[in-house]
Amino acid sequence: MIRFDGVVKKFGDHVVLRELDFTVSPGEFVTLIGPSGSGKTTILRLLMTLERVNDGRIYVDGECLTHTSKGDKTVPANEKHLREMRKRIGMVFQQFNLFPNMNVLQNITEAPVRSLGLSKGEAEARAIDLLDMVGLSDKAKAHPSQLSGGQQQRVAIARALAMRPEVLLLDEVTSALDPELVAGVLRVLKEIATTTDITFLCVTHEMQFARDVSDRVMMFDQGQVIEDAAPEKLFTEPEHPRTREFLHAVLDRA
Amino acid sequence: MDWDWENARDSLPLLLEGLLVTVELTLLGSALAYLLGLVFAMIREARIPVLSQLIYLFVELVRSTPLLIQVFVIFWLLWPALDIKPSAFWTGVVALGIHYATYTSEAYRAGIQAVPKGQWEAATALSLPRGRVWTGVILPQAVPRVLPALGNYMISMFKETPLLLAIGVVDVLARAKEQGAETFRVIEPYTLAGLLFLLVSYPSSILVRRLERRVGHL
Repeated sequence: MIRFDGVVKKFGDHVVLRELDFTVSPGEFVTLIGPSGSGKTTILRLLMTLERVNDGRIYVDGECLTHTSKGDKTVPANEKHLREMRKRIGMVFQQFNLFPNMNVLQNITEAPVRSLGLSKGEAEARAIDLLDMVGLSDKAKAHPSQLSGGQQQRVAIARALAMRPEVLLLDEVTSALDPELVAGVLRVLKEIATTTDITFLCVTHEMQFARDVSDRVMMFDQGQVIEDAAPEKLFTEPEHPRTREFLHAVLDRA
Repeated sequence: MDWDWENARDSLPLLLEGLLVTVELTLLGSALAYLLGLVFAMIREARIPVLSQLIYLFVELVRSTPLLIQVFVIFWLLWPALDIKPSAFWTGVVALGIHYATYTSEAYRAGIQAVPKGQWEAATALSLPRGRVWTGVILPQAVPRVLPALGNYMISMFKETPLLLAIGVVDVLARAKEQGAETFRVIEPYTLAGLLFLLVSYPSSILVRRLERRVGHL
């Protein structure tokens, strides 16, 4: 479903991803863990086309995201191609990023109407179902500022799902939440992960959650995958010393 | 120095007629400045190669030269070059509108830049069309913040309209001058003209200040 092929990403002189290769199968839930600054979020941002690769290719569903062919040459993808590809990918952000000038329902229906061309009625029906799923049916007319962080994040999840993405990217979605609100958001995500065939790529510091829902966990360090294993294996008997060190540091805290 | 009440009373109708012209100039000029300024700001913020730089140069040029010179350039150079002949009034509207558009564009830009980057990213992630990102997400957040600044520019513009005397727009000040020339008494009409300006701009500035407080709560 997702394939990174020799992806290089630099910010100035700083190399964030160095020739990164990995694949994610359709329907898989893959979690990226690792120290901050190791490039996890950059991977999601590249997939969401919020950043461009410096080298290498990214494929989504067999189709090249980053490049298109022009004659017999491949060139960096233009905005039109990116816009088409984006429709298959959704993202939930650490800071929610709901639109404050719209109410909850409008936040969710905006993209299906404007981008997919759904009628207002269809989009609203879809939104109401999703709000029900995230447990916020009574908040359709509320404004984001009237909601708690956890509620805002659940709306953001519903908003991303309203586009019926094939891939959903979760970028530290609970990091900005008060501790008591984290569980509600994770419960919703777990339900979606188990009841849909969406492919998930998740960056998180919630190790218990990663262990619960992931099919695979990839440990990241300095722009490379240093360990890639099933969660039971990676969390109980990590092979790489760097993974052991990292898990030790984050799990000891709890 | 004595004050002639009769002359004061006689000049009032003319002055009010002039005031109407001044207000019309201000409203039309502001409408143009608000619209054009928004276009300038959006082009600059969208970072369109060449076009954005051209707008930048134009804005800097207009901002660093006097309005009076711009009025003359439009009236004596631009219109003949285009082979059209708008009235002095419409020349005034265009000149004020363009001049103030360069200021309002900076205000709009500040408002646009104050919208968090995450809003752009969320809009991109939802594949909203470019135009809709502006009209649905960015501007509804950016514009309310800059309304007080826009209101202040309207008040400044109102006070600068007498400049258009130079090309023969008959506003309050022109009417005062007329009355003065007729009766050889200039104190009353000029004083009243000044008072009329005060009567309009002071309450307006109070309104803007109130708007500022409301925006502060956004």
